[in-house]
Amino acid sequence: MEQALNPLAIAHQHVVFEDGLLLDSGTHLPRLVVAYRTYGTLNAARSNAVLVCHALTGDQYVAEEHPLTGKPGWWELLVGPGAAVDTERYFVICANVLGGCMGSSGPRSPRDDDQTQLWGTDFPAVTIRDMVRAQQRLITHLGIERLFAVIGGSMGGMQVLEWAATFPEQVFAAVPIATAAYHSAQNIAFNEVGRQAIFADPDWEGGRYWQSGRVPARGLAVARMVAHITYLSEQALTRKFGRRLRAGSSVLGPYSDVFEVESYLQHQGSSFVRRFDANAYLAITRAMDYFDLAADHGGDLAQAFAGTKTRFCLVSFSSDWLFPTSESRAIVRALNRAAANVSFVEIETDKGHDAFLLDEPDFHRTLRGFLDGCALHAGLS
Amino acid sequence: MTAAEPQVRHLAKNLRVDLELIAGMIAPKTRVLDIGCGEGTLIAHLFHTKACDARGIEIDMREVTQAVAHGLPVMQGNADSDLAHYPDGAFDYVVLSRTLQAVGRPREVLRQMLRIGARAVVSFPNFGHWRVRWQLLTRGRMPMTATWDRMWYETPNIHPCTIRDFFELCTAEGYAVERWLAADDAGRRAPWRRAPWLANLFGEQAVFLLRKRQ
Repeated sequence: MEQALNPLAIAHQHVVFEDGLLLDSGTHLPRLVVAYRTYGTLNAARSNAVLVCHALTGDQYVAEEHPLTGKPGWWELLVGPGAAVDTERYFVICANVLGGCMGSSGPRSPRDDDQTQLWGTDFPAVTIRDMVRAQQRLITHLGIERLFAVIGGSMGGMQVLEWAATFPEQVFAAVPIATAAYHSAQNIAFNEVGRQAIFADPDWEGGRYWQSGRVPARGLAVARMVAHITYLSEQALTRKFGRRLRAGSSVLGPYSDVFEVESYLQHQGSSFVRRFDANAYLAITRAMDYFDLAADHGGDLAQAFAGTKTRFCLVSFSSDWLFPTSESRAIVRALNRAAANVSFVEIETDKGHDAFLLDEPDFHRTLRGFLDGCALHAGLS
Repeated sequence: MTAAEPQVRHLAKNLRVDLELIAGMIAPKTRVLDIGCGEGTLIAHLFHTKACDARGIEIDMREVTQAVAHGLPVMQGNADSDLAHYPDGAFDYVVLSRTLQAVGRPREVLRQMLRIGARAVVSFPNFGHWRVRWQLLTRGRMPMTATWDRMWYETPNIHPCTIRDFFELCTAEGYAVERWLAADDAGRRAPWRRAPWLANLFGEQAVFLLRKRQ
């Protein structure tokens, strides 16, 4: 296994809130660090800010080369000069989530009471709402009273919903993409397989692997492999790999890689391990599992959006079975019950859940048009 | 009709003619839901010319994508199943343009429209038009006209009705007809305002403005 990259080796742009953050669990995080990146320019009226919320394994490097991996920003197709989320027009902010491992407070960051030690599994449990509260602190710090738009896919979409529910006055437009208002039993089940793979790796060392300098690479890689299957569709896997064998693979044996799809998944696993922290993976998957917006509002999702003035645009993808269209439609219906202004499009694609990160022209057109329409209503020139 | 059509369309600023007639029944700065809004021509028109908070529902995903890509608040949905999710009185007007004849349960859709909206604007092609009657009488087969242009086995128009049928339904359901008009396909108003039976014979389409009786 390749050597893991050390996220702490890089000084991520960040802000420190010394008063910390009271978490949903009741625990008070004594010191809150939020790492973030911004793109474009905030206008004089401070009215053109767009917050992008990243997914489980994303980070704040949305529209630039990643300082650790050297890869392009994870949403460069959608965010940048002239793109659907046009950084020549909007001031785009993206923060590493609370519990993440790219500079924000999380299991990978030093303890507040002892800077020589990392939080590890002692980091308090966080929720999607805690992540949103941390982002809200950042927004206030940047002098922004109202976000023009909050946009995100998958877990990022959960944050968008939570933003609209928790800080409705601060969100003019909300774009939850390929997401759901709660994590289903099936989604929790897949996360649990990933977590068990990490727990089962002897290098995890009860969560204290950072003390020995090792990483539970096997376990984290397996977690990523399982998750990655859920991000793709059966058609996409068939189209990309089918039953093709690896080059030079002629020996029929159960113990060596034979099929191309196997080596693809292993590559996904090993490259993920280099950039992601296992304990952060545990913390964030748990936050997703806890997410149930309706349960937080008396069991009625419409209550979460009662009286909202936010303009919503829901987007789902036809072959996404992790966050299927039916989940987006359930959110749309709840928004209808709240008489909210809602657009909803299902994009026809065979690329599965991953489609929200890929080149989907109809999706990009939809997002651009929705933002244009909202800009008109918001009086943004 | 063919000679006059381009001129009428020009006057209607390229808005489909029945949409122009519908827009004429809607007061400025109101909340409007357009069911079966297509690419959103009417809601764009209502927003730009009357400052309405106009939204749309459309069943065809391609048209929905087109509408949203043009910045219009449109959601993919179905008149038969999605209206039930809106609260009472959420809109000032709920519009159903040339769609009533294609929904599964027209009476229920009308009920929902007048539950979620204070008023309903309904337009539909008139199956009582003389040409339709004439064809059925003389040929003994399902009529094929400019308006009714699909064979019986493939038409989406599963619930055609006449202007008179619609008046009857409104009476039965307790809806007050605040305004109504009949027009030809080019949108020229038929001059039989005081004689519904004549409108039913010569009107190719009708537009009704309804509200619930107090």
